[in-house]
Amino acid sequence: MSVVVAKQLEKTYMTGDIAVHAIQGVSFTIEPASFVSFVGPSGSGKSTLLNMIGCLDPPSKGSLSVVGQDISSLNRKQAARFRGEHIGFVFQDFNLIPVLTVFENVEYPLLMVLNWPKKKRTERVMELLEAVGMTDQAHKYPSQISGGQKQRVAVARALVTNASLVLADEPTANLDRTTANHVIELMKKMRDEFGTSFIFSTHDPKVVGNAETIFTLEDGKLMQEGEGGTHV
Amino acid sequence: MFNIFKLALRNLRRYMRRTLLTSTLITLGVVAVLLFVSIAGSFKSMMIGQITDSMLGHLQVHKKGYMASIDSLPLDRNMNGKQMKKVKEALDQNENVEAYSMRIKLGAMFSNYTETTNIRLNAVNPEQELQTVPMLAKRIIDGKKEGLVGRGEILVPELIAKGMKVKIGDSIVLVATNKDGSVNGQPFVVRGILEGISGPGGRDGVIHIEDARSLLRMEDKEVSEIAIRLKTIQSLDTVFASLKGTLGSMKNKMDQPVFDVHTWEKLSPFFNIARMIDLMTLFIKVMLVAIVLVSIMNVMIMAVYERINEIGTIAAIGTGPNKILSLFIVEGFLLGLLGTLIGVVISLVSIYAMNISQISFNFGRQKGLLLSPTIGATEVITVSVIVIGISVLASLQPAWKAARMDPITALRHV
Repeated sequence: MSVVVAKQLEKTYMTGDIAVHAIQGVSFTIEPASFVSFVGPSGSGKSTLLNMIGCLDPPSKGSLSVVGQDISSLNRKQAARFRGEHIGFVFQDFNLIPVLTVFENVEYPLLMVLNWPKKKRTERVMELLEAVGMTDQAHKYPSQISGGQKQRVAVARALVTNASLVLADEPTANLDRTTANHVIELMKKMRDEFGTSFIFSTHDPKVVGNAETIFTLEDGKLMQEGEGGTHV
Repeated sequence: MFNIFKLALRNLRRYMRRTLLTSTLITLGVVAVLLFVSIAGSFKSMMIGQITDSMLGHLQVHKKGYMASIDSLPLDRNMNGKQMKKVKEALDQNENVEAYSMRIKLGAMFSNYTETTNIRLNAVNPEQELQTVPMLAKRIIDGKKEGLVGRGEILVPELIAKGMKVKIGDSIVLVATNKDGSVNGQPFVVRGILEGISGPGGRDGVIHIEDARSLLRMEDKEVSEIAIRLKTIQSLDTVFASLKGTLGSMKNKMDQPVFDVHTWEKLSPFFNIARMIDLMTLFIKVMLVAIVLVSIMNVMIMAVYERINEIGTIAAIGTGPNKILSLFIVEGFLLGLLGTLIGVVISLVSIYAMNISQISFNFGRQKGLLLSPTIGATEVITVSVIVIGISVLASLQPAWKAARMDPITALRHV
């Protein structure tokens, strides 16, 4: 089963009296364990598309199925639950909760969204922290670790729920070259290890170069689909 | 829920200075209210106690119409023997009545053989009177307290004693006019000097009821009023209603009511002061509510505004709107709880300290009244529940705003 199936997807915003067509007639399919990148200039609709796939923003027209679920039928509460169970997020600014330790940040979705029992939760969090190489930093607060380490924690948090899909909006924008490479390598490793699909929106050529499938967006339209390394 | 409390506590600790400032404000409010309630309450109970236990009793029964002309102490509106019997029967049947005292109230001329002045007198049966107003003996500031007053003796009010320069053991003469208009005089020995207190009857002298009868040449046993003491003042309304029902329904031959029943509240102007104290307490409570409402709301609005991006993150990773709502409400609740707990502890310690310090004060002509503030568990719980409830209420709007926030907009917020 495809992880994401989009058919004639459209998104229109109203800015005052003016209708802005952010996404226009976009169709694509993303298979499990994919490493996909959406590229395009600013305002091309990358983030809008990611928001729709992430059930944060419903499409105006067309159909969008994520992990077999038609997301336009979900209400606010159901969408939140669906995100918690099936989708992980990695943000440009890491977005870790500052009052929680590294361990607690990774634990958060299991505790506050899925209500896993403590033993099972601890095992899963430790497994993820080990996978991202952050076990020894588990009791530190986000303010006590580096940007690269924060993004590793964010990746662990995105994967801790056994999400089928991780959406990463410019995940390397705030990292230096070396750290960005490490994070991309880590994500690939996680994809291989857990079979999770990673979808990026990015400008970063390094990320684009690592992507196995690249979708190019321009003015809300899908211009081109290509394979990683062959498309810039 | 425990995890929401844990996270809320961490968030409060994150902005420690703001949390402490807000809690301090709430604490100050709680302390102000509890101390005011305890001090005002103690003052009120002390004054009520003094008025009812040394002067008025809790209730009084008069013949209908007596109260309307009480200033002139009319002797033609006394209760006769038959009427007294009816009242006694009603009182004896009431299990909440502890004691009652028959009194004759009269006006007379007080002479020390060189000077003469007016005096208002309360003629009593000493045993009945001491059971009904047990603190009366404590008002004897000079002279023997035991037995209150004997035949041929008088307790002279402090002001008259000073003005007329009479001392214990001095002989004086009382001259009174009876209801038929004839004048009679009788010698008395000054047995004690009576402290004056605020309110009706607070500056009356005291003589034996049999002396009043002989002075007034009363052939029948008559009384002006019957003062009643209850086992507990809490039963005041019940007993009042019951006596009003029993005695108030008794009619004379002309189908007019025979008796009037009054509580101390109707008889003493201090009741209005007590009402003012209650009103001030209410006002202080309203102020507290306003302080808590404004300070918590301000803090929670700030908390939501500063954490918009964080709210977007937790919403994006699947936290439901209800949990986000709970998170901010719990923060407000904990702020209120913290301020209240500290406030209650400080208040209780202060009340204890005031009781140990034996602070005294003057009220009117009464000197050296001892301040002994007390506060009941009900009052502490009520104030605490109000403050914590208002804290939760004040958090509702900011929490609702956080819960309804669009994750995309929130995530874009810098």
